[in-house]
Formats: sequence, C-alpha cells, structure tokens
Amino acid sequence: MPGFLSPLIEPGFFSNLPVQTALVVGGVVAVVSGIVGTFTVMRGQSFAGHSLADIGTAGGSAAFVLGISPLFGYVAMNLMAAGVMEWIGIRRPRGRDLATGIVLGAALGLAALFLYLDTTASSTTGATVNVLFGSIFTLPASMVPFIAIFSVVAAGIVLVMYRPLILTSISADLAIAQGIRVRLVGIGYLVALALAVSLSAVTIGAILSTALLIGPAATALRITNRTGRAAVIAAGIGVTATWLGVLLAYDSYYWFPNGGGWPVSFFVVTLIFLGYLVSQLRFSGRAVAQRRSSAAQAP
Amino acid sequence: MFSGLMLTAWESASIVAVVAGVVGFFIVLRGSAFAAHALPNGAFAGAAGASLIGVDAIVGLAVFSILGALTIAALGRRARHDVATALVIVLMLGLGSLFLSMTTEYAPQIYSLLFGEVLGVSSSELVPIGVIGLVAIAAILLMYRPLMFSSVMPDVAAARGVRTRRMEVAFLLVVALTTTMAVPVVGALLIFSLLISPAAAARSFTSRPLGAMGLSVIIALATVWSAIALSYLSNLPIGFFVGSIGAGTYGAGRGFSAWRRNRQASPRQSSQTLQPGVAG
Repeated sequence: MPGFLSPLIEPGFFSNLPVQTALVVGGVVAVVSGIVGTFTVMRGQSFAGHSLADIGTAGGSAAFVLGISPLFGYVAMNLMAAGVMEWIGIRRPRGRDLATGIVLGAALGLAALFLYLDTTASSTTGATVNVLFGSIFTLPASMVPFIAIFSVVAAGIVLVMYRPLILTSISADLAIAQGIRVRLVGIGYLVALALAVSLSAVTIGAILSTALLIGPAATALRITNRTGRAAVIAAGIGVTATWLGVLLAYDSYYWFPNGGGWPVSFFVVTLIFLGYLVSQLRFSGRAVAQRRSSAAQAP
Repeated sequence: MFSGLMLTAWESASIVAVVAGVVGFFIVLRGSAFAAHALPNGAFAGAAGASLIGVDAIVGLAVFSILGALTIAALGRRARHDVATALVIVLMLGLGSLFLSMTTEYAPQIYSLLFGEVLGVSSSELVPIGVIGLVAIAAILLMYRPLMFSSVMPDVAAARGVRTRRMEVAFLLVVALTTTMAVPVVGALLIFSLLISPAAAARSFTSRPLGAMGLSVIIALATVWSAIALSYLSNLPIGFFVGSIGAGTYGAGRGFSAWRRNRQASPRQSSQTLQPGVAG
C-alpha cells in the first residue's frame, strides 16, 4: 500500500510527531469502533449511537470549560447518557427513538450552554470546532495511554459477551429462552458503545463519530453475514479510511484555498461513505434478500 | 424585551413553533425522530456552503435539506433506514466542516448556525420564513388523512391503496421545509428538540389526534416564548433553554401519564397538572 501511494505522500509525513500520534490513535479507535459498530448496526441502534455522539458534545465542551481533556468529558457524559437512555426505555423498539431523542435534545441544550461559555470566556475560538469536528492533529501524546485503556475496555466488553451479544442482537426472545440476561447484556453493550463513541469523538469530532461507528460496520455487513468476519472487515475499513484521511489532510495543506488544509474528519467521513456506496452497488443484489429476511426476524 | 429587534425574534420564533408543533406531531406518530434529527444537520452543511459561495443562507438550507430528504428516501429503499440516515447525517456534517474550514467565518457564527441565534433573524427574513411555514402547514393539511392513516397503520393503509412510499417522501420533504425555516432561528442541532419534545409531551396528555396536535403547538409556543424570555434575561444562549425546557415538558408528560395510570381506579381527575408549558 505505501509503495504505490509514495508519490502522493508529502515529505516528512512519517517523521512528524502529531502525524504519528494521529495514525496510532486513529488506527486503534477505528478498530474499536468497527467492532462495536457491527453490533450497533445489527441491533438497529444507529440512532442511539449517533445520539451518544452528539450528547458527547456536552461533555466535551464542559471539559473545555473545566480545562481538562475533552476525552474525559466525552466518556463521563456518554456513560451517563447511556444510563439514562437505558433507564427511560431504550429496549422498547417503539418508544426508544423518542426516549433517545429527548435525552439528545436536552444534552444538545447543555452543549449550547457550555460552548457559549467557552467562546465567551476565552478568546480562543477553537472549542466549538474542536469539540464538534475533532482535532486529531492537536491530540497530545500524553493522551495515548488513556485512549489505549478505554479502547481495551470497550473491545474487551464486546469480546467477553460475544456469543450472548450476538444472540440478543438477532433475537431477544430466543436469548431469553436460552436463559441469557438480556438486559444485562444490553447495558454492557451500551457501556462499550459509549466508550467507542467517546474515542471516535476525540479523533474525528463528536458529531461526526457516527461515521466511524456505523459506516464501516454497515459496509462490512453488506459484504458478509457472519458477525465475526464483519467485525474484522469493519475494523479494516475503518483503519483504512482513517489513515487515508490523515494522509489526505496532510497533503491538502497545499490545496485550494491555500493555507489552512482540509479537515481530516471530512476525508474520513467521505471515504467511509464512498465505501458504503460501493458496497451497496456491488453486493446489493445478493445481500438485499438476506437482509430482508434477517430484518424480518430482528426484534 | 419587545423592542424592534426582539419583536422580529418573537415573530419568527412563534412561526417556527407553530409549524414545528404540527409537523412534530407526525414525526412522533411515525417514529421518524432520527430523520428529523438528520435533516437539520444536513441543512447546516447547506448554510455553511451558502456562506462560502456568498448566497443567502436560506437557499443553502433549502437545497441541502431537500437533497438530504431525497437521499434518505432513496438509500432507505435498499437498506436499513437507520443506517442510511446515519450515513447521510455524517456525510452532510463532514461537508459542513469542509465548507467551514474554507470560509473565514468566526467561531460565533458557526456556533449560531448550530445552536441558534434568535437575534440573528432580520426582519427581511420574516417573509420567507412565513411563506415556507405556510407551505409546510398547507402540505400537512392537504395530505392529512392519508398521512395519518399510513402513520398509524402502514400495512393497512398500503392494502387500502395509500402509496406509503410516496407518503414517506412527501413527509420527509415537509420536514425539510420546516428545517429550512427553523435553522436560522433555533439552530441546526436544536430544531430537533423543538420538533419532538412538545409533540411527545402532548401525546401523553391526550390520545385524540387533533387535540394532541393542538396541544403540541401550544407547548411548542410556550417552550419557545419562555426560552426567548429567559435567554433575554439571563444572556445565555436560547438553545440551552429550548433543549432543557423540551426535556422538562416531556418529563412532565411522562409523569402525568404514569399518574393517570395509577389513578385509573378513581374516576375523579383533577386538572392541576395540566399545565405542561410551565413545567420546565
């Protein structure tokens, strides 16, 4: 891959410390998001995933007010929001979009408040853009251990509950019949989701982190119907998109309109979306029938 | 509080609230909260793009929210609806971040696009806001019966010859129109709260459709009015008040229906909790 890309890579790409951090963090986060996202798509909880991402903006912006790293803000806020969403009824398919939406609305109101305080309290105007659209290049290297820990926890939760999680995702009734504690599995999964969303909020921004969570997983589930394989493919797609995005953003420093460079998040999101479109065209004929039948079974 | 600039704010916010209350009722009924969240986000990209090429923000808002509605409808035909919606959202937001990085907008302007700036509406914008609002309401009235039918019983409606697919697209377009007029007032991220909270709260107070719709409009108006007043008095952003009052009214609605369920045995019902607007 680097071989045929080498004419495209600007000099100094790999020796640049922020770029190195961005590549490492982006890669780890993409893997976790791919694994967790596969289950998010299977469970039909894209809205919950996206809402957690948006809700995270409140945490991230509060962290800016307090002067701590946004990552901790995202994690704290998302865990709390996941708890509230579970409590007011994310399990009932009919009411859960509404429950999610209400929590989302309240959290966005809080984000509005905190971001307002950020922009008025300090003359540095970066907080809004940083929280919403990410800042992978300005990530301090000191955050890498924390990101690693949260990643391991999120991936660990999914791996530990792997089989019950698959079963509850496909058919809750069947899982209950097998003696699985569906609610417990659901809570564990929400914790993993909250962590994964926080991690990708740090890399590509709170309101864009849905892309890393849903996009690669949805693409992977078009390619294969086997959960394990889909998770691996999703992780691969996520990593590829993130790394290519970092590379393109680095290159774009010399593109139109000169001076600023294009945002990493834009490239990552666009690459993921293109991947999804391609998979739709390529695999749609085969997959539609299967997906229809599996959608009919899904709770 | 009622001087010239603020008067425009009151007027535009009231129009938005009425339309949001009516459209929101169907959003809640159809369970399409996710799409209602997606379109305003997409419209944000439109506004950012409009400021990049120097056209009126409302043009960008309209183009992008309508494009977003059609894309969701087209993608949703072939795959799971929620996945299509999620991907359209992030693509639009990504575009928005690109456009913003290219313009020389200051952060407060980005902020007001996302979270609303009630004083940002000029009196010349009142006319397009009003016209778009009228079109949205008229569209809802025009397809009231089939829309209601296909929302409550999609399968039966389809069997009785209602084109549910076409209904879905038409409804998404109405949501797109609502978005276009509402984003300049309450912001891309918070129009969502105004769309679903009042309607969701209204539904827990009454189950009659017209009553719920009227109540939803009243709650939306109360939310917006108190948000403007509080924002004016405290100097804090309006979005914060819209979001928290919205959640508050929904909580009150849930509390009320729980209370009514408990009291079902006794026929006497006091009306003292029937004050949703004050609850936040």
